[in-house]
Amino acid sequence: MRLDIRIPIGLLFIVLGVILTVYGPLAGQQVYDDHSLGINVNFWWGLVMLAFGIFMFVMGRRGTSAVRSTQDSPEGRKLEEIESRREQEGGLGPRGH
Amino acid sequence: MNLTYIDWAIMLVYFVFVLGIGFLLRRSVRTSTDFFLSGRSLPAWVTGLAFISANLGAQEVIGMGASGAKYGIATSHFYWVGAIPAMVFVGIFMMPFYYGSRARSVPEYLKLRFDEKTRGLNAISFAVMTVFSSGISMYAMGLLLQTLLGWPFSVSVLVSAAIVLLYIFLGGLTSAIYNEVLQFFLIVLGFLPLVFLGLKDVGGWSGLKEQLATVATANHFAPGALSHSWQYMNEASANPMGVEWFGMVMGLGFVLSFGYWCTDFLVVQRAMAADSMSAARRTPLIAAVPKMFFPMLVILPGMIAIALTYHAAGSGFQLPKKPDGTFNYDMAIPTMLIHYFPTGMLGVGLTALMASFMSGMAGNVTAFNTVWTYDIYHAYIYRHGSDQHYLMVGRLATVFGIAISVGAAYATTQFNNIMDMLQLVFAFVNAPLFATFLLGMFWKRTTGHGAFFGLLAGTLAAAVHHGFTLPLGADPGIHGGWLAQLTGMQISHVYSSDMAQNFWTAIFAWSTCFVVTIVISLITKPRKESELVGLVYSLTEKPKDNAKSWYTRPATLGVVVLLMAVVLNIIFW
Repeated sequence: MRLDIRIPIGLLFIVLGVILTVYGPLAGQQVYDDHSLGINVNFWWGLVMLAFGIFMFVMGRRGTSAVRSTQDSPEGRKLEEIESRREQEGGLGPRGH
Repeated sequence: MNLTYIDWAIMLVYFVFVLGIGFLLRRSVRTSTDFFLSGRSLPAWVTGLAFISANLGAQEVIGMGASGAKYGIATSHFYWVGAIPAMVFVGIFMMPFYYGSRARSVPEYLKLRFDEKTRGLNAISFAVMTVFSSGISMYAMGLLLQTLLGWPFSVSVLVSAAIVLLYIFLGGLTSAIYNEVLQFFLIVLGFLPLVFLGLKDVGGWSGLKEQLATVATANHFAPGALSHSWQYMNEASANPMGVEWFGMVMGLGFVLSFGYWCTDFLVVQRAMAADSMSAARRTPLIAAVPKMFFPMLVILPGMIAIALTYHAAGSGFQLPKKPDGTFNYDMAIPTMLIHYFPTGMLGVGLTALMASFMSGMAGNVTAFNTVWTYDIYHAYIYRHGSDQHYLMVGRLATVFGIAISVGAAYATTQFNNIMDMLQLVFAFVNAPLFATFLLGMFWKRTTGHGAFFGLLAGTLAAAVHHGFTLPLGADPGIHGGWLAQLTGMQISHVYSSDMAQNFWTAIFAWSTCFVVTIVISLITKPRKESELVGLVYSLTEKPKDNAKSWYTRPATLGVVVLLMAVVLNIIFW
């Protein structure tokens, strides 16, 4: 089974979210006064990213896999059939007409 | 500007994930179909997000921010008029032919529908265009990071090229698409706080409108010229864009927009990777929903930047100026990032910026390696290889495609004009293309000769129109008028801006291609109808929308998307 993209996305934002929320209060108020109108944007936005990361990760873990096999849909099956026929006819050869 | 260890750590984490995805996907690439078409196995939301992310390159983020600062909310025409209708059209009416004909690329569709020469013309111009666009994108990134952070140009270009190369080489189109989805979220989450902080600083939406009125009057426009998208479009001179509504709707909304979204393989390829016909058709429709809200993410910061520059009570943000004293609009978003983001969030913002460069580059590279392998190498160089042979050719094409792009990036540092000229030529080539597809898909009488000569005539018409017109205040040369200068004739028309000239060039090219294709088709021999089944609208069984829920039915979804775009236009009228 192929990788579900929601899992790496979830993990990335969990990691980034944790880095920012932990670092946020440690950075000192001065840097926020200098830049972000006094708001601790690292901490708050870190929380948002963390929540988004957890959401994607959970969806990726329990949801039906985002990647379905071609066999699961009628068009997919038709395409596979055509492609395997094409392969039998000789590699990438153009469809004859 | 000083970055701290935390910013570097964030960038590092991102690069680890991007490359990790490539490595994990390596195992699933076994055949050329896996490599070039993701094995046609991706769900609609993944291909949909990749569809817009591939287009969300550097030019988009930086350019739209710059236009937001320069032209105000009217820049959103590039989305609500210049993208959404075309995206709905390609999903509902054209995707059945792209996906259903089993063509593996847009040029291959042209080969099936018309003939070899039309395909060859499209394949070669497209291949050249993609490597150079990717080079331009790299150049822009290298230059930006150099100005902003003092990073050496070569380091930015080579490192980003190496990363993109590695993950596409390993995982092919799936890897590019997965990373595009990741980059999409990173760009959205990385830029949103900028919008919040900027809006807060300028005094909210009402404060922004007030400041923009000051900016507009200072530039001799009506007070609302920067905060209304349609109200001042009656006359070209009344709005900062210098275009009137007809040229905008026809040139941008019809010719350029449909030409790009409906025929450019870079975006169409994403939909072709979908796992079913229905998913392929929904790809651009799903993409249209976030796309219509992008103005908030990329145009609004530009508008805030110019408003703050005129706003004495704010936190002191100033749009930087060029040496000649005019505003350096391209720096609007990058300088906003540095102004508002403290270390930490700054790392995220810069990573998002780099992600946008890389997704644009990756989109070009995957489109290039597919067209090169199927439509050039397989069609004209070596026909009888095994599937593994073409898989290897695709991987090699990724390597030399990126190598040429890097070369183009360096060439641009030397000869800026050459790149401008190339872009101009591409515009000439692209503008008529939609006429060919429109006629090819919806008029069964269209012939290969008609398509081929129509395209050539359209390109020529674009060049002639550009060569005899000039935007206001420009000298003959790269901006137009070069043919008039060469032949010693008069400039036939002066437009109030280069944007207006650009739109009208596209309209001329499209109309010429349309008429010439029809005329030549009528005097040449049509193909047998039996050969055109699945390629032409009237001869193809209509796809049935028998899905259970309304949001999985392409036609219903398309109508909803269009209505949403109309509402946005009315709100910001």
